[in-house]
Amino acid sequence: MIPPEFEYVAPESLDDAIRALSDGGADAKLLAGGHSLLPLMKVRLAAPSLLVDLRRVPGLSGIEPHNGGFRIGAMTHHADVQFTPALGLASRAASLIADQQVRNRGTIGGSLAHADPAADMPAVLLALEGEVTVRGPSGDRSIAAADLFRDFLTTSIEPDEVLTEVLMPSSEGWGVGYQKFVRRAEDWATVGVCALVRANEGVCEDVRVGLTHMAGVPLRATAVEAALRGQPLDSQHIAQAAENAAEGTDPPGDVNATPEYKRRLARVLCRRALEEAAGTG
Amino acid sequence: MTTVERPAEERGWVGQALRRKEDPPLITGMGRFVEDVVLPRTLWMAVIRSPEAHARIVSIDASAARERPGVAAVFTGEDLADLGAPLPMIWAPPGVEMRTPEHWPLARGAVKHVGDPVAVVIGEDRYAVVDAAEDVIVEYEPLPAVVDPEAALEEGSPLVWEEFGTNVTHEWGLGSEDIEQALAEAEVVVERRIVNHRTAGVAIEPRGALADWREGELTLWSSTQIPHVTKFVLSGMLGIPEDRLRVIAPDVGGGFGSKLNVYAEEAIVAWCARRLNRPVKWIESRTENLSATTHGRDQIDYVRMGGTRDGRITALHTKIVLDCGGYQQLLTPFMGVFSACVMSGCYAIPKVRTDVIGVFTNKVATDAVRGAGRPEATHLIEVTVDQFAREIGMDPLELRRKNFIPKENFPAEVATGLVYDSGDYHGTLDKCLEHVGLEQFRGEQEELRKKGVYRGVGFSTYMEMCGLAPSRIVGPKGVGLQAGFWESATVRVHPSGSVTVLTGTSPHGQGHETSFSQIAADLLGVSYDDVEVIHGDTNAGPHGMDTYGSRALAVGGEAVARAATKVADKAKRIAAHLLEAAPGDIEIRDGRYQVRGSPEAGMPLSDICAAAYVPEDIPVDIEPGLEETSFFDPENFVWPFGAHACVVEVDVETGEVDVVRWVAVDDCGPAINPTLIEGQVHGGVVHAIGQALYEQIVYDSDGQLTTGTLVDYALPTAAEVPDIETDRTETPSPVNQLGVKGVGEAGTIAATPAIVNAVIDALSPLGVTFINMPLTPMRVLEAIDEARGRGTGPRATEQAREVGEHGEGAAGSGPAQPDEGGAP
Repeated sequence: MIPPEFEYVAPESLDDAIRALSDGGADAKLLAGGHSLLPLMKVRLAAPSLLVDLRRVPGLSGIEPHNGGFRIGAMTHHADVQFTPALGLASRAASLIADQQVRNRGTIGGSLAHADPAADMPAVLLALEGEVTVRGPSGDRSIAAADLFRDFLTTSIEPDEVLTEVLMPSSEGWGVGYQKFVRRAEDWATVGVCALVRANEGVCEDVRVGLTHMAGVPLRATAVEAALRGQPLDSQHIAQAAENAAEGTDPPGDVNATPEYKRRLARVLCRRALEEAAGTG
Repeated sequence: MTTVERPAEERGWVGQALRRKEDPPLITGMGRFVEDVVLPRTLWMAVIRSPEAHARIVSIDASAARERPGVAAVFTGEDLADLGAPLPMIWAPPGVEMRTPEHWPLARGAVKHVGDPVAVVIGEDRYAVVDAAEDVIVEYEPLPAVVDPEAALEEGSPLVWEEFGTNVTHEWGLGSEDIEQALAEAEVVVERRIVNHRTAGVAIEPRGALADWREGELTLWSSTQIPHVTKFVLSGMLGIPEDRLRVIAPDVGGGFGSKLNVYAEEAIVAWCARRLNRPVKWIESRTENLSATTHGRDQIDYVRMGGTRDGRITALHTKIVLDCGGYQQLLTPFMGVFSACVMSGCYAIPKVRTDVIGVFTNKVATDAVRGAGRPEATHLIEVTVDQFAREIGMDPLELRRKNFIPKENFPAEVATGLVYDSGDYHGTLDKCLEHVGLEQFRGEQEELRKKGVYRGVGFSTYMEMCGLAPSRIVGPKGVGLQAGFWESATVRVHPSGSVTVLTGTSPHGQGHETSFSQIAADLLGVSYDDVEVIHGDTNAGPHGMDTYGSRALAVGGEAVARAATKVADKAKRIAAHLLEAAPGDIEIRDGRYQVRGSPEAGMPLSDICAAAYVPEDIPVDIEPGLEETSFFDPENFVWPFGAHACVVEVDVETGEVDVVRWVAVDDCGPAINPTLIEGQVHGGVVHAIGQALYEQIVYDSDGQLTTGTLVDYALPTAAEVPDIETDRTETPSPVNQLGVKGVGEAGTIAATPAIVNAVIDALSPLGVTFINMPLTPMRVLEAIDEARGRGTGPRATEQAREVGEHGEGAAGSGPAQPDEGGAP
């Protein structure tokens, strides 16, 4: 790897990290697991002037119960999420991120802050209606998942703010489904669909569906949710609801998948995820 | 698992499934690759490459780069004007007009593809030169580019090389002159347009080169398959006599054909080292590897197979549109020859002809990638045989069997004029079917279809041509390669009795050290552990012709056997003298040279060589020492063969293809080391799965490379491939005394049509009758849509056009219908 020249600091406190980030100006970047940033630097698509490495900042990793859900430190590795089954949907999704080597280094905070529309965690947080905490020069603030993702690789986190924790609601009481279509096991999602279904005597009491890589940002498939809520959770109703999966999406195409193909995949995967979540699959 | 057993008395080192000698250093980080070779005062080189597919170079301003700290020099094509020759292309077919542009290591005046080298920055460290390269300002005047080879053949297409007035590189053909008549007389003709898309070799170790000039001698370390050829070529380019030029291929981390070339960067580091009087090193990045190392395949094959309604194939014509790219590298246009040579497949087809038209496009040159022309031919034959069977309503295996060249007909001359050495095509197919359990599969397939699960089985019965030699066939007066293709070996017994084998081959993962040690150990009566194999250094051992085309064992291994036999014969004469016996009575048994019938009278080789090197008591007509050299140039190629089968499952909602089973039965003659064969078959099959399902080099219509990283160029991983069940039969070749054939490319040659045939079998209930690679999910889904007749809107891939034109109804009785699949 031969990136352009850059400065590097590894501060030992969060305040020092925030200060380094503020002083570093527009081209300063935080470094967490590095599994998105470093490949971009390698091909010189990213050329930060300063890397502020969070690895020495204490207190940024770990998973603990919080308000009936979980508080996950931003520097917590995907592997730790993967191997915490109580996290339910998040654990399942984390187990499918790239390969184990990546999961051992990549972090949940880094993934959310990078906001790659093909990454797994953003849509999961969105569907679970979680939030993140960020800290900047003027203190902490919370950002709901629905307000976090603004555009392709763009979040509402300010340049001098650090994402410190992820508040992931429990998926207990929900049936969960996660369907990810990839060309190779280690690839980014062509399309991903996560589904949460709360059933009451065979009827869909509530449902949430998150879509990965169906736009520049993760999306909620609200049309699917509206179509299924209150309906019987049988194959027919699920299939009908899933037909709405591509509504309101704007999937980016690439050499292996046109937008139309991705819409079609979304409908198929949505049905499968819902069936998985409803236990009818 | 292998079920070939040899009688106990024949068991020596040969035939044993020994672990590779090469592996302990490689898996403990002790390998030595070019990058590991560190010389004092070394300068690094970065290459400035064209971002344009086709452009005139207006100016190059390197002043800012030269000012940067750590930069020693910047050189452009003009600086290298003193080179004695351009990069070579070595095929000059007699009687054929071949258009070969001057291909200079650094572009002179114009660039022909993205990645074309334009200038180099030389400096004190690797980071400094890459940064400085960004400061070299090259002004380009873009020229119209052509990417599609068929568009390049159309009137009015942009010309890659204006001076030729055409994009045609050459036209060449092989086989029956009266093919049109044979097709006209056929009861059935099936036509298909079969695309064999562009792929990359993607060795784990990219290319790299280090040149050291001292006292008028140049040493080049290069990650290459061909140090000897490179030495010869660079001698001419640089004006350095061959005796002052040494090329070393140290450990080489894979080649797959992509390092069977003499590359610009090798010449440039050598030129720069001499100019600057300091070592100069360049290590290729992965992005460079995908944009500037030769690609493979990239043929469009127009196939017409004719035959009778009862399943006798009588004629096969293929027109190959061969996309050569922007330059002619070492063997670029020759890939079509390899295709043509195996165009009969396993079948006794009375009339076979191949016509090749080579085309320049604004892309990297194509050249060898594992199989080199033979996978393309095998693919089109084996897919078309299935298509023909479907057309006449015959089981595809029955059709194959009906047309196989029978075992008793070998050596068999086929319609191309080539002679297959040996074969038993029914034998490998029988064995393959034993493993597959076809009837049981058909039952399961039927049950699964009822549940909406689509599984299919596909077969490929292949043969190939390897052991690249016979000089008399492929040399200047034969097919027209401007070289001889023998191989050399020296076997040296040291005074203490250990053995060094020096081979002219140059391995890059195959296991020559292991297999050649086994051969030498048996013939010399020493332990396998007492043999060391030295390779890849032009200053060690005799001149050689390197490793490619599955030639190492059948040509190089045979040279080792012949040299070892000479040494053993001499040792027997000395032993006979010392034991007071007749030389003819000495036999090698259990590591001893002993008198036949008197096992107590004998001695190990170490005692004999003590006498040979302290020659006080050897016959006067025997020279001292114990070392012999052999050069071997066989009479014919060797022709391995086999039968592969795979089972796939297709998700008909997403188009995803999963290979769930693979059975490979290969015959490469008697096994020297079954483990090495299995490894080669595994690797070859995975390589082919990669091409069939995942890998594709894509340039957009402007000639920009879309697949410039391994994120986009989808090499399969362990998660994408099934367990591979292997078995063998052993049919010796009469071409060499070992009876061996090559196996390094067999899996890649065999496998892709089995996958395509299996996917078609899986989807046949949905009406899918034909599909082209790569079988990406989107493409498979389009084929299903097309078959179901509910495809809407323009198709997203080129595939649809082929399916639309040739998927259904492209077969008919009598003469070919000219507008269905005929070449343009």
